[in-house]
Amino acid sequence: MGKNLYEKVFAEHKVQSLPSGEAQLFIGLHLVHEVTSPQAFAELKERGLPLMCPERTFATADHIIPTTQRSRPLQDPLAEEMLQALEANTAEFGITYFDLDSGHQGIVHVVGPEQGLTQPGMTIACGDSHTATHGAFGAIAFGIGTTQVRDVLATQTLVMTPLKVRKIEITGSLQKGVGAKDVILYIIKTLGARGGIGYAYEYCGDVVRGMTMEERMTLCNMSIEGGARCGYVNPDAVTIEYLRNRPYCPANKEEFDQLALAWLSYASDADAEYDDVVVLRGEDIPPMVTFGVSPDQAMGIDERIPEPGGQEGVDDALRYMKLKEGSFLKGQKIDVAFIGSCTNGRLSDFEAVAPYLKGQRVAAHVRAIAVPGSQIVDAKAREAGIADIFEASGFEWRSPGCSMCLAMNPDKLHGDEVCASTSNRNFKGRQGSPNGRTLLMSPLMVAASAIKGEVCDPREVFSL
Amino acid sequence: MNIAQITGQAVVLTGNDIDTDQIIPGRFLKCVTFDHLADGLFYDQRFDEKGQPKAHPFNDPKFQGASLLISDHHFGCGSSREHAPQALKRHGIKGLICGSYAEIFYHNCANLGLPCAIMADEDRAALKEYVDQHPKAELTLDIATERLSSKGGPSWPLRIKSAQKNAFLQGTYDPLNLLLGEKEAVLRLAQRVMGIKKPPV
Repeated sequence: MGKNLYEKVFAEHKVQSLPSGEAQLFIGLHLVHEVTSPQAFAELKERGLPLMCPERTFATADHIIPTTQRSRPLQDPLAEEMLQALEANTAEFGITYFDLDSGHQGIVHVVGPEQGLTQPGMTIACGDSHTATHGAFGAIAFGIGTTQVRDVLATQTLVMTPLKVRKIEITGSLQKGVGAKDVILYIIKTLGARGGIGYAYEYCGDVVRGMTMEERMTLCNMSIEGGARCGYVNPDAVTIEYLRNRPYCPANKEEFDQLALAWLSYASDADAEYDDVVVLRGEDIPPMVTFGVSPDQAMGIDERIPEPGGQEGVDDALRYMKLKEGSFLKGQKIDVAFIGSCTNGRLSDFEAVAPYLKGQRVAAHVRAIAVPGSQIVDAKAREAGIADIFEASGFEWRSPGCSMCLAMNPDKLHGDEVCASTSNRNFKGRQGSPNGRTLLMSPLMVAASAIKGEVCDPREVFSL
Repeated sequence: MNIAQITGQAVVLTGNDIDTDQIIPGRFLKCVTFDHLADGLFYDQRFDEKGQPKAHPFNDPKFQGASLLISDHHFGCGSSREHAPQALKRHGIKGLICGSYAEIFYHNCANLGLPCAIMADEDRAALKEYVDQHPKAELTLDIATERLSSKGGPSWPLRIKSAQKNAFLQGTYDPLNLLLGEKEAVLRLAQRVMGIKKPPV
C-alpha cells in the first residue's frame, strides 16, 4: 500500500510515540519573527537552556515593520522594543537573522522560499498560522504558539497529533482572469472555514500541477482559513526548478540533482490512501470575493450576497459589513486597495497586475498601496520597472512587511473604510479599525477595483 | 500543577468562529511579555472608540468573576497567537466549554493548562439556558469524569480529548521536560532528515 506525502514526512521526522497517543516530531526548519518569539527566548534564558539547532533556525522581522518610515529607532516605541528583542535574541543564540539592512528582510513566508530554505520533505514550524505557505514545496509546515516556539528552540521538536489527510483535486483548467487566490477562496467557501479541522490538505489535479511555485504558495497559504493546519502540494519538476540556484540549496549541479531525486521521492504514491477526497472542477471557479467576516463567506463576483438564515452567521456578517442581502458586491464603493501580504506579496503577484495598470489611474478617492513581500521582491520589481508602473498608476509602492494584513504596524484602515485586499483574513477589525471592512480577492480584482473605485470583475475591466 | 477540577461561575459568549483577532486585537500583540494581555481581551467588542464599555458578556456584571467560558464552534480560529489563550487565562478563565476549537488555539491552551472541553450542541444549549437563568451558579468541570455539574442542580456530559486528559490530571501538560529527555535520539534523527546542513558563505 502506498503512502501520501504527509505520512512519509511525518514518519521520517517522528522521534517517538508518546503515551498520550501523540508524537514527538522533529522540526527540520524553524522560522522565527519578532511577535511570537520574545517570550519563548525569555524562558530559555530563565531556564538556562541552549538553542538545540541554530543551523536550522532563521529569523526575520515583518509584522511590526513600518512600510514607509523605517529609520531607527522606529517611531512606535513598542515596535522598536520588539525589534531590539529580536536582534538581541538572534545575536545571543547565534541565529541567522535577515535584518532590515541585509537586503533579504521580508515576510517570513516569502523569505524562506526565496532563500531556498523551504525544501520538499521537511517539517517546518513558525509562530505564525500562515506557515502552511511552505507546504507548496511538499513540506509539512504549520503554525505554532509561543510555548511551542520555545519547545522547538530548546529541543528542535514538538508534540504533534498526526492529522488526517484530505486530497483536494482541482481538475481541468481555470477560466481567464481566475488565479490561485480564487481557487483557494472557492475551496474554503465550498468546504467551510471549519471544514479542515483535524486535516492536512493535499492540493492536486491538473490545475495545481499547472501552477507556478508562487501560485502554489498562495494556495497553501490560506489552508488555515479553511481550518486545516497545513496544506501541501506534491513536489515535481516545477518545485525542483524553482529551488535550483537558491542561496541555501547546493550550488553544485550533481549534488543538487541528487538531492532533487530525494525530494521527489516524498510525493504521494499513486496508490496512497486518503481519509477524504474532494474533486472540484477548475472551470467552475469564478473570480471570488468575500462579503462577510469569515473567509468562507465568499462568492463569485457575479453572484448575489446570500440571504441571512441560509448560510450561518450571515446576518451578523452583513450587519458588520453594512451590506444588503440579495445585492451584488460589484459596484460597491471601496476606500482602500491593498496588494501584498504572505498570500499575494510575491513578484509574480505584482508582475501579473502591472500590464493592466499601465496607462491606467487609480480612482481619486481610493488610497492604494502595494507592499512587496521582501526586499528581494522589492529590488526585482524596481529593476523590472514594475514599481514604476504601480506608482505611475497612483499606487504607493512601499517597503516590505506584513503591512495592512494585520494592523500591527502603521498601515491600517480608519473608521468603516472598505478595503479591497489581497490579504487572507476578513475578520472584524483585522485591518486595524474596529469597524473596518475587508473584501478578500485576487491581486487582479484589487487592481481593477482600485481603478474603478468600486468592486469590479477584472474580466470586464481588463477585457480578459 | 495537576488540574482535576475547575470550579466557578461561567460566562456565555454565543457565536461560532470567534477568531483570535476578536479575542485579542493585533495591536495588543506589541509586547515582549504576556503580562498585560488581559487588558486587551475582546477589547474591540467590549469598548467603543472612546474606551466606553459596550454591551458584551465580559462587561456584564452578572458574569463578573467567571472562570469558565462557554462558546460555540471553531472557537479561537485564525492566527497562531498564544496571546489569545494568555489573555483569557490572565483575565481569570480557567477552562473552556465549546462545540469545537481551532486546532492551533486548542494546543496553545493545552500547553498552558487551560482545558478545552467539548460539549454537544444540545447539551450546550441547555447549559447556556441554565447559566442565563442562574448566572451566579457554581459549576464544576471534572476532568476525570468528563462532566460539568452545577451545585445542587443539573449536570451535563462533556469530552476532554484523551491526549490531554492525563496530562491535566498528572500536571504534565507543559511538554518541555518530556521533549528535553530525548536529546540523543533527536541528534541522531537530525543527521538523517532533510534540512539545511550548512549555511552559504
